Amino acid sequence: MTTLSHSLPAAHDSAPVELLRRRLPWALLALLAVAFGLVPWLGNDYWLNAILIPFLVLSLAGLGLNLLTGYTGQTSVGAAGFMAVGAFATYGLLLRVPGLPLPLALAGGGAIAAGVGFLFGIPSNRIKGFYLMVTTLAAQFFLEWVFTKFPWFYNYASSGTISAPRLEVFGHDLHSPTGRYLLTLSCVVLLTWVAVNLVRSQTGRNWMAIRDMDTAAAVIGIPVDRYKRLAFAVSSFYLGVAGALWAFAYLGTASAGSFDINRSFQILFIIIIGGMGSIAGNFVGAAFISLLPLLLNYAGQNLLGGSVDAGQLQNLQKIIFGVLIIAFLIKEPEGLIRLLGNLRERLARWPLRF
Amino acid sequence: MRKSLRRSIAGALLALGASSALPVTAQAAANEQFFPLATYRVGAYASSGIPVWAGMIDYLRYINEVEGGINGVKLVWQECETEWTAEKGIECYERFKNGLNGAPVAVYQPNGAPAAYALADKAAADKIPLITLGYGRTEATDGSVFPYNFPVMLTFYSEASAVVNYIAEREGGFDKLKGKKIATVYHDSAYGRETQGPLALLAEKYGFENLQIPVADPGNEQSAQWRQVRQAKPDWVFLRTWGVSTPVAIKTAARFGFPVERIVGDIWASSDEDVLPAGEAGKGYLALTPYPGGAGFEIHRKIKEHILDKGKSDLKDPKSFGSVYYNSGLVNAAIAVEAIRAGQAKFGQRPLTGDEGRWGLEHLNVDEARLKAIGFAGLMQPLRLSCSDHEGGGAAKVQQWDGAKWNLLTDWVQADRQTLRPLIEAKAAAYAKEKGVTPRDCRAEQ
Repeated sequence: MTTLSHSLPAAHDSAPVELLRRRLPWALLALLAVAFGLVPWLGNDYWLNAILIPFLVLSLAGLGLNLLTGYTGQTSVGAAGFMAVGAFATYGLLLRVPGLPLPLALAGGGAIAAGVGFLFGIPSNRIKGFYLMVTTLAAQFFLEWVFTKFPWFYNYASSGTISAPRLEVFGHDLHSPTGRYLLTLSCVVLLTWVAVNLVRSQTGRNWMAIRDMDTAAAVIGIPVDRYKRLAFAVSSFYLGVAGALWAFAYLGTASAGSFDINRSFQILFIIIIGGMGSIAGNFVGAAFISLLPLLLNYAGQNLLGGSVDAGQLQNLQKIIFGVLIIAFLIKEPEGLIRLLGNLRERLARWPLRF
Repeated sequence: MRKSLRRSIAGALLALGASSALPVTAQAAANEQFFPLATYRVGAYASSGIPVWAGMIDYLRYINEVEGGINGVKLVWQECETEWTAEKGIECYERFKNGLNGAPVAVYQPNGAPAAYALADKAAADKIPLITLGYGRTEATDGSVFPYNFPVMLTFYSEASAVVNYIAEREGGFDKLKGKKIATVYHDSAYGRETQGPLALLAEKYGFENLQIPVADPGNEQSAQWRQVRQAKPDWVFLRTWGVSTPVAIKTAARFGFPVERIVGDIWASSDEDVLPAGEAGKGYLALTPYPGGAGFEIHRKIKEHILDKGKSDLKDPKSFGSVYYNSGLVNAAIAVEAIRAGQAKFGQRPLTGDEGRWGLEHLNVDEARLKAIGFAGLMQPLRLSCSDHEGGGAAKVQQWDGAKWNLLTDWVQADRQTLRPLIEAKAAAYAKEKGVTPRDCRAEQ
C-alpha cells in the first residue's frame, strides 16, 4: 500500500511544464447539466436548504482559502472574518444603494472583502509561517469585534442581526429554496471557473512558486510581496462572496457570531481534509465536513435510536467523526482528493497491480 | 487541472450516492401528532439544555400515557441535535417540517436564539408557527406582521420592564427611581442587546441612569466589566448573561465586592445550573423567571407518580427534578399541548397542521382555572394570546438563591406592556417595510 502511493504523481497541482491537450470535459458538462437542470426539479426543500446550499457555500469558502493557503502557502485562520466582511458589506450595499442589482451587490461585497484582505495581507511582506497565522487570527477577532461593536454595520437593529432585504435578479424573486440554490450554484460555478483559470495562469504559477520556496521565487524575479498580497485579496474576494451567500442564501440572517473562529477552523479543515492546492479537493472536503455528520446522525438514529441515551448518541457521533478524520489523514496526509485519485488509478488498471 | 476536475466529479457522485442512503419517510400514521424536538445535548450549552428536554419529554409521556394523548391524539416525537447553532437548527427544521411518518407538525420550538432568527422567514413561508418562550424576536409580539412567530409569555422587552418594576417596588415606588443607577451587564450577542431599547425608554420615563456593559462571548473572564461596575457604583445590576458567563459574573462580582443581593439575573441566568458553580458567592443572588424552580407544584406530583417512580423519566440526574430548566421544559411542552387543544376545539379531535396550530395559538386562553386543571397553578402565569398579541402574559416571579434552592420572593411581577408597545409596533412596521410584508388585519381574524 505504501509503496503504491509513492509511485503516483503529487496530488496538488504542480506548475505545468507542458501544454495540456484540450478535450471537451463531458463528465463535467453532464454534472453541470444535472446540477442546473435536474436537481432544482427533483430536489425537495430539505435537500436544497439543508444539504446542497451549505455544501456549495462551504466549497466556495474552501476554494477561497485554498487559493491563499494551498496555492500560495500562506496559512490563514481568519477565513470567517473575511466572510463576515463580505456578508455585512453586501448587506450594506443592498440597504444603502437603492436599485443596486444583487449580482453587483455580491461582487461589491466581495470587492470590499478583497480590500480588507489586502490590508491584512500587508504583514505577509515581513512575517512568515506561524507568525503570519497569528496576524490572521488577529484579523478574525478584530473583524468579529467590529461587526458587533458598531451598530451602523447592522443598521441599528436591536438584535445585531442582518437579513437580506431583497433577493432578486432581473425581476426574478429568488426567495424560494430553488432560487437560492440556483443563485449559489451560479456563483460557485462562475468563481470556480475563474479560479481554475487563475491558478493555471502566470499568477497561479507565481503563487505556486512562492509556496514551494519564496527565496527561489524572488531570485527568479517574481515580485513575492506583491503576489502574496494579491493572494490575500483574491482569497478574501472569494471568502466575501461565500460569506454573503452563507448569510443570505443559506441562513437568511446572520450576525457576527455566525462567522466566529469555529467557522474559520471548519474551512481550514475542509481544505486540509479535501486536499491543499487542489480545486476539486474543496468540494470533496466540504462534502466530508458538512455531509458526513448528517449521515452519521441518520445512521445513529436508525440503528441505535431509542436503545441508547440521546446525549450519548450525539457524543458518539462526534467521536466517530473525529476518528474518521484522523484515520483518513493517517491513510493519506495529502487529503481525500489524493485518496480518490489513487482509487481511480487503481481502478483503471484493475485487476492488474502496479 | 482537468484531472482534478474529473476527480471532483467522482467525489461529488460518491457523496451523492452515500447520502441517497438517507431514510425516506413512509406509511401514514392515522391519529398521531408529531412533536419535533430540536435539542442541544452536546456543545457549550448542553448542561442547560439536558434538563429542559427531560421536562418536555416527561410531560409528553405523561400526556400520552396518563391522559391518553390530547383528546385521544397521541404525540410522537423525535430529537435532532442543533448544538445551539443556526446551521444545525435549519437542518433539523427542514428535516422535521413535513412531519414524521405522516404525523404532521402543528407547532415548532427552535430552542435557540440563532436558529429562531434564521427560521423566522422560513417558517412563515411554510406556515408553521414557531414558539419561542423567553427569547426570539421581540417585535414578533405584533402578530399582524409576524403571523407565525410566537415569543410567548415574556419577551426581552417585558423582562426589562419587569426588572425595573421590581426594583421600583424594592426602592419604594417609581418616584424613588429618579437618580438611581441600574447597570445592565449583558452577553454581547443578539440576545444580550435586545433589552437596550426598552431600558433606554424606561430610563427616560423614570429618570434612572442606564449603564450598558457588554461581556464578549463566552464570558469566562469578566474582570474588566466588574471593575467598571465597581467604578460606577450602580444601585442595581441587571445580569443578562447566558451559559458559563453567569457563574463567572457572580464570582467576579463577589471578588470586586459588589453585593450579590443587588444583582437581578434574567430568565437565562436564573437556574440552578447557573448558580451552583458560583458556590458560596451565589448565596443571595436574585433572578427573574417565568417558570420558578421547585418540585412542589401539582404537575410534579402527577409526573413523579406516573413517570418518575415508574422509571420512565428522561432525567439523568433525579436531583434536577423541579429545577428551573426542568420546569421550563414542562411549561414549554404545556403551552404547545394547550395550543393544539385549542386548535382541536375548532378543527376537530385530530392531528393539526401548522396553520391550524397557528390558529390554536392565536386563540389560546389558559386562565387560572385551566392552570389549576392541568396542575400548573403557580408554575405558569395565565396566558392569553391573540392575533395582535403573540406574547400574552408578560409577568415574571423573582426568586432568590439560598445556597441550596430557590425561594420565591414575589408573586407575578407584571411588565408595563402598554409603555413598550409603541416601540414594538415601530420595530414591526420597520420590518414590514424592509421586507415588503403587508400586515394582516387583526380585526378580521376573530
